[in-house]
Amino acid sequence: MISFDLLINAIVAGVLLGGFYAAVSVGITISFGMLDIANIAQPAFILLGSYAAYIFNSAFHIDPILVGVVMTPIFFMIGIAVYRLYYYCFEMRNEQAIQGLAFFFGLLFVAEVSLILVFGVDYRFVEAPYIGPSLHFGMFDLPLRMLIPCVISLAMIGALQLYLSRSFIGRAILAVSQDGGALQLIAANPTRIKEIAFGISIATCALAGTFLIIIQPVEPSIGRDYIGRIFAICVLGGMTSFPGMVGAAMLIGVAESITATFYGPSWAPAVAFGFLLAVLAVRPAGLAGR
Amino acid sequence: MRTSTFSIVAFAIGLAVIVFTRVFFTNEYFYFAAYVVLQYVVLSTAWNILGGYTGYINFGISAFFALGAYSTVVLHKLPELLHDTWNLTIPSIPMPVMILVGGIISGVIGLATGYLTLRLRGVFFAIATLAMAIVAQTLIVNWDYVGGSRGIYIIRPAMAPLGGGYIQYLYSLMVILAVMSVCIARWIERSQLGLGFAAIRDDEQAAEAGGVPTLRLKLIATTLSGALMGMAGAPLPYYVTYLDPTSSFSLAYAVNAVAMPVIGGMTSWIGPVIGSILLATIQQLATVTISSALNLLIVGLLLIAFVIIAPKGILGVVEAQQRRRATRLANLAARPAQ
Repeated sequence: MISFDLLINAIVAGVLLGGFYAAVSVGITISFGMLDIANIAQPAFILLGSYAAYIFNSAFHIDPILVGVVMTPIFFMIGIAVYRLYYYCFEMRNEQAIQGLAFFFGLLFVAEVSLILVFGVDYRFVEAPYIGPSLHFGMFDLPLRMLIPCVISLAMIGALQLYLSRSFIGRAILAVSQDGGALQLIAANPTRIKEIAFGISIATCALAGTFLIIIQPVEPSIGRDYIGRIFAICVLGGMTSFPGMVGAAMLIGVAESITATFYGPSWAPAVAFGFLLAVLAVRPAGLAGR
Repeated sequence: MRTSTFSIVAFAIGLAVIVFTRVFFTNEYFYFAAYVVLQYVVLSTAWNILGGYTGYINFGISAFFALGAYSTVVLHKLPELLHDTWNLTIPSIPMPVMILVGGIISGVIGLATGYLTLRLRGVFFAIATLAMAIVAQTLIVNWDYVGGSRGIYIIRPAMAPLGGGYIQYLYSLMVILAVMSVCIARWIERSQLGLGFAAIRDDEQAAEAGGVPTLRLKLIATTLSGALMGMAGAPLPYYVTYLDPTSSFSLAYAVNAVAMPVIGGMTSWIGPVIGSILLATIQQLATVTISSALNLLIVGLLLIAFVIIAPKGILGVVEAQQRRRATRLANLAARPAQ
């Protein structure tokens, strides 16, 4: 019989995991959902964030989340640089479909091989006071290394949502996802706006990568596991909606956590893909979509 | 050249190559290296049938390839299983049959993936195939009968048909497979099927409106492409003799199979052939002389460089040059004689 205790704990762990998945997927929701750029190299940037946290943590014992915050502007600049390259090479020539995908695929692979060449295939991890202890509430266990990333990631997404709905540039980003040409009518440069939006989508990888290495040890090929997951979450959440995305992340987190608890962790990677295929086949607009 | 003439000539050349190399090359390493090059000819040609002709990108090459390989593992263990459970004795299954079965299994998987995702925009298909590779790997990792995550040892038969060592036999089969896939690709290009594929690539909505049965054509492409990839993977267990999920699902297969047509040129059957022979040979040389991790980096960088600088590949560069020369000649001819 399924033990109730185990089930409750699996669900709680899944929700916490979902919070982390939301941080990982928020970037792709911006770039793929809003800008229509299928950046399949997103996991590579997340891993870059993880390794940045690892370097500063192991060399100077700096808190990994602090490293993530400091790295965010740098990742923003990297994102802008990548978008410029993408824009001049593919969007301007109207060749984004095949060549653009191949470009990001190459980027993903080059990043992975470079990380292997520099760091080897060993698992790397960070040290921080909150990795290890847990809070106990009755029969729940709340491990701090899951709770803290979850809370900060939800705060980050909340802040982004506020930025998108309140500031001029934020609203322009939402507008460019609907009609780039119309944006020029209000004297905003769609390319410039897209550049900023893509910069933000990469900037979120700094913190997401930090969370990743806090939650689990990291090695270069781990990024691939996240491709299916983040796109599944993005599509399931309805492509452009942050609340939908968070809900989808929680759903997949819980589903994976229950699978891992009752069938074994080696089956968990298949869950997200199952969701993705089911959603693509049955309801391509996502759960929260129109 | 007509397709039938081309096929006959191609198979004749293939047979000549087999006979020539097997008479004159005695070094076993040659066969090991040539096998890999030919395997990539099949893989990149197969990828190009979908990616180059219809414009739908498949990143799940390693899934189709490895499923072909693992179907061989199952068939390899089948006689033993039948003997143990029902006391049935059957002879061990010959390699060509295994290749056929691997092709059928990967073809069916291709059809299923295509059916689920091809009604959507192309990007979704690309992402779904990428994710599918992960799931296929998860299934194999959890399937103990074929070795699970530990991997499995496959002992090559001591005797090979047609004489010679077993690696020479595998090499000969791969030559035939490569010739076959190139003939299929060229036939598609020149047939009505190819016209339909090109219409889909150029403008799918217009093609649909013009009466092209787009979904059916795309499904034919995914099935064919997947089947050829499975066939390329089927001999793999006998080639490596130790098969494990991490190496058989390696992203390197996917990157190579995408990079080779992109670098060679995606619009014609010759593009993937040029790309795969060039790139696979460079990699074989680099693996022996430099290191295997570094040569993968080279492939990735070449892929990025080509999509940026020469998006139509080597073929595109050559064609542009020919066109320039033709206009120059035409200008010269048009100028009045002095």
